[in-house]
Amino acid sequence: MNIAELQAYGYFALTAILVVVLYGYIYHLYSKREDANGHDYEEYSNIALKDDITDAPVSAISDDKEK
Amino acid sequence: MENRPLEYDYTVAKMFMLTTILLGIVGMLIGVILAFQLAFPEVNTILGSGLAEYTNFSRLRPLHTDAVIFGFTLSGIFATWYYVGQRVLKVSMAESGFLMFIGKLHFWLYLVGVVAVVVTLFMGITTSKEYAEFEWPIDIAIVVVWVLFGISLFGLIGIRREKSLYISVWYYIATFLGIAMLYLFNNMEIPTMLATAPDGSAVGGSWMHSVSMYAGTNDALVQWWYGHNAVAFGFTVPIVAMIYYFLPKESGQAIYSYKLSLLSFWGLMFVYLWAGGHHLLFSTVPDWMQTMGSIFSVILILPSWGSAINMLLTMKGEWQQVAASPLIKFMVLGSTFYMFSTLEGPIQAIKSVNAIAHFTDWIVGHVHDGVLGWVGFMIMAALYHMAPRVFKKEIYSKSLMATQFWIQTLGVVLYFTSMWIAGITQGMMWRAHDEFGNLAYSFIDTVTVLHPYYTIRGVGGLLYLVGFLMFAYNIYKTMTSGRKVEESELQNASPMGA
Repeated sequence: MNIAELQAYGYFALTAILVVVLYGYIYHLYSKREDANGHDYEEYSNIALKDDITDAPVSAISDDKEK
Repeated sequence: MENRPLEYDYTVAKMFMLTTILLGIVGMLIGVILAFQLAFPEVNTILGSGLAEYTNFSRLRPLHTDAVIFGFTLSGIFATWYYVGQRVLKVSMAESGFLMFIGKLHFWLYLVGVVAVVVTLFMGITTSKEYAEFEWPIDIAIVVVWVLFGISLFGLIGIRREKSLYISVWYYIATFLGIAMLYLFNNMEIPTMLATAPDGSAVGGSWMHSVSMYAGTNDALVQWWYGHNAVAFGFTVPIVAMIYYFLPKESGQAIYSYKLSLLSFWGLMFVYLWAGGHHLLFSTVPDWMQTMGSIFSVILILPSWGSAINMLLTMKGEWQQVAASPLIKFMVLGSTFYMFSTLEGPIQAIKSVNAIAHFTDWIVGHVHDGVLGWVGFMIMAALYHMAPRVFKKEIYSKSLMATQFWIQTLGVVLYFTSMWIAGITQGMMWRAHDEFGNLAYSFIDTVTVLHPYYTIRGVGGLLYLVGFLMFAYNIYKTMTSGRKVEESELQNASPMGA
């Protein structure tokens, strides 16, 4: 097996891995309503909509520190 | 003093808004002059033959592209970052003296860089690498400016109250990392003073002028890896950051699907970096690399449309807002142009289409429907949204804004339609041959045929510039004589005077 052949196999394997990772990510996103922090993904839109400095953060850093 | 409620501090955002507008005018004005030079060559010596050195096409062209890319767009990115960043992270720059200092230093050093660029390019001091014309001392200054931007970006993220990073912040981070990597690698260069002849003897060059560390095909590859990704991380990623914030905010609608925004983000990051090879189709780079460039360009439709469709669906059930608000019009047309140019680009990257399109005006048309229709519209919309909030004034005139919208839309349409026709005509004429393989046309034949389209393009560009001046005037009047507005009026739709 010469270097060009190795490169070709490597390239194919890399593409295949990335396809699996991408589809895995799609499955992961769409099979769950909430992320690892227990927040509904769609709640994060409120970070922009409720962005006054007095608005409560969607997930506050300080909550994290209390835990 | 002690009890004064905390507020966002837009000092640095305002400074960058100013350069966005000023450099926008400069870049677009030079663009219009260039367009008329192509249609009417005598414009090259408009200030007399003594000054022809400074007014000819080749001297002005890098000033146009660099003023629009590194002046107008980059200022717009910085201005919106210093506005959006604070709001979505729920932290004020007033809370950190250090970040405020860095922000101001960022602006002033950027301004010094701009002056250096304008002066050197006018003097004809250039590396001659497209979109990377700055000589090495300026490159070093730009790297410092970029590092300061990075400190601002990550510094603000470091002191945030909102734990999750809003999707726009992801895109701003990608902009920072992407441009940093591209700029450093493409601008590897050495002053010709240090260069040697093949036999090792000194050639006696200059300290100011430099040569790239890459040569030949390698240089072409690095150049277009940089060139195309400058479009990715300068004209796409940060502008998507803007629309993900400003469209939901102005319309009061939550993003249609936050999940889709995450998916599109990773899709765009993965695919875009490999697409630059399409600039080198039918050249001396390896064939597989050309094919890879083509394929990745076509795949690029998916993440691009993912974002654009997400934006259009955000307006679902709220389309009356498009009719009612010129600001929403700018953003909706912006995302429509984004869809349009991200479909056009992949089509041009298909090898058989590229055989006609390569080196023609169709490419110029493609760049401009993206930059005028998407980047320009979105940055102006962002500034219009920011103006009432940073100046605490109502937008001076809604009708002026609407007029501007229609004038500029007409300008963009004239621009890209004339370039389509010109480009395809050019491509077909260059290829045409008789049964013995003799070319059917000489170069001057194409020039004669294209003249009307070049004139139309000039008019289209002029209309866009007129609209931009109306925008500058509207923002100026908002600052100076707009009606004062209360905080409660600034929740969603921006307040506008008649």
